[in-house]
Amino acid sequence: MASDTLTGAARTDAQISGLDALEIAGREKEISRGTRIWAATWPKLAALAIVIAAWQLVVWSGWKPPYSLPGPLVVGRELLTQAQGPQLWEGLLTTLRRAAVGYVFSVAVGLLLGLAVARSTVLRAAIGSMITALQTMPSIAWFPLAILLFELSEKAIFFVVVLGAAPSIANGVISGVDYVPPLLLRAGRNLGARGLNLYRYVIAPAALPAIVAGLKQGWAFSWRSLMAGELIVVGISQTSLGAQLTYSRELSDAPWLLSTMIVILVLGLVVDAAFGAADKAIRRRWGVLDQAGQ
Amino acid sequence: MTSTTTTPGSATTAVALSDVTKVYGRGANAVLALDGVSLDVAPGEFVCLVGASGCGKSTLLNLVAGLDRPSGGQIALAGDANPGLMFQEPALFPWLTVDGNVDVPLKLRGLPRAERRARVAELLRTVHLADFGRKRPHELSGGMRQRVALARTLALDTPVLLMDEPFGALDAMTRDILHDELERIWSERGLSVLFVTHNVREAARLADRIILLSSRPGRIIYSTTVDIPRPRRIDSPEVAAIAAEVTERLRTEVGRHGQ
Repeated sequence: MASDTLTGAARTDAQISGLDALEIAGREKEISRGTRIWAATWPKLAALAIVIAAWQLVVWSGWKPPYSLPGPLVVGRELLTQAQGPQLWEGLLTTLRRAAVGYVFSVAVGLLLGLAVARSTVLRAAIGSMITALQTMPSIAWFPLAILLFELSEKAIFFVVVLGAAPSIANGVISGVDYVPPLLLRAGRNLGARGLNLYRYVIAPAALPAIVAGLKQGWAFSWRSLMAGELIVVGISQTSLGAQLTYSRELSDAPWLLSTMIVILVLGLVVDAAFGAADKAIRRRWGVLDQAGQ
Repeated sequence: MTSTTTTPGSATTAVALSDVTKVYGRGANAVLALDGVSLDVAPGEFVCLVGASGCGKSTLLNLVAGLDRPSGGQIALAGDANPGLMFQEPALFPWLTVDGNVDVPLKLRGLPRAERRARVAELLRTVHLADFGRKRPHELSGGMRQRVALARTLALDTPVLLMDEPFGALDAMTRDILHDELERIWSERGLSVLFVTHNVREAARLADRIILLSSRPGRIIYSTTVDIPRPRRIDSPEVAAIAAEVTERLRTEVGRHGQ
């Protein structure tokens, strides 16, 4: 009987490792880093080439005179010239500083607001739908009020940026906390996570994907609000990307205008890519990337 | 309604339920889920709760786990143990590795890092997953995930294990192996297990005692001791005979609701 049990146990061990090996075989596929980067890059490069070609074709067609729509070559040369002077960099710095300050403040407000609403049923009933309503308000519509309140100042821009971004971030937090799977909450509580520990060990990490989505959307809103603000609130002592757009239009300097637009576009793309990378890293850790077929 | 208290149980019972009642809702909509359930689980005993749908099996486990409060009656756990609870789904945290998942209860108990690392390694060896600590849950099969969940529950160092159809979603082969594994771990550690299943054969394979619950409201209607020597095989005639007997009772109970 005893020897029977022993062989029984040994057989079980072999069966277990056999089953495990069978079940997870073929799940790992390694693609080289270079191949992956190239696969992600070439469609973007191709699309860029097509856009530039189309632009050049429109210019050649003579649809608009070259002083209002210059070709890619002229704009490219202007961009190089701008990159050598201090003006672009000063403007860039001002804009980035405003973006950073406004965004960080929005994140703080959004996270606190979202957490408060997610936790309290009273707050949710009171301002839950108001947050969504705020989100639908085009940020440019806040500017008249902002200018009345703060005059043509940086504070007015700041006000609109925060109003634009904070609701999205708060909504991300709220939906993240709302959709934490109840089973994980039960498991967490059974493992001894109560009160603040439940937030730390279960709710916060489970809500992270939704929170990152909210942060990303909040960034898009704050960046747009900032650009709108800088276009309207011109004339405060500092130059900025938005102000340069306005100046170049007033001077009818189309190459300058377009090169500034390119800088704004590239900045937006870079930050978006950073959020995209964060989002992807989270989804990979969670194992939802494979299911999406990516 | 009688008062509800949780008191330390005596040395002879690991889990003691006396006259436990659970009502959901109020007034005309009130549903009686459990009606006067009294049940003792001895230290080291393996008890299987069997019943058709709506018998309040999961409700009972939630009450014992302290995730819900009974409407009446008393639940006592030996030495005020915090029982470990396992579900049909592994309920692993997808943002953590296998190691990280097993580490959570140890962290919450405030153990020092070095000790935690040793414990995690030992627990993963116990469930034959020593080489998979750095994997993420989604990289494992269903049976492996359930074993990680078992290791994570064992990390609570609790003498009482509550299992809510833990192998219900697994294929037969994997389930057989996990029965062997659970039996081994249960006897090595001297655990008291309260195991809910609707699979009568599984109950006969695992249990020292099978308890049959009626449906709506949940009441204990039948209890039988399983004296088949271990290790058992799920396809042995003795297990089949017990299963047939319990199935017959279960059929009668389900039929009662059809009238």
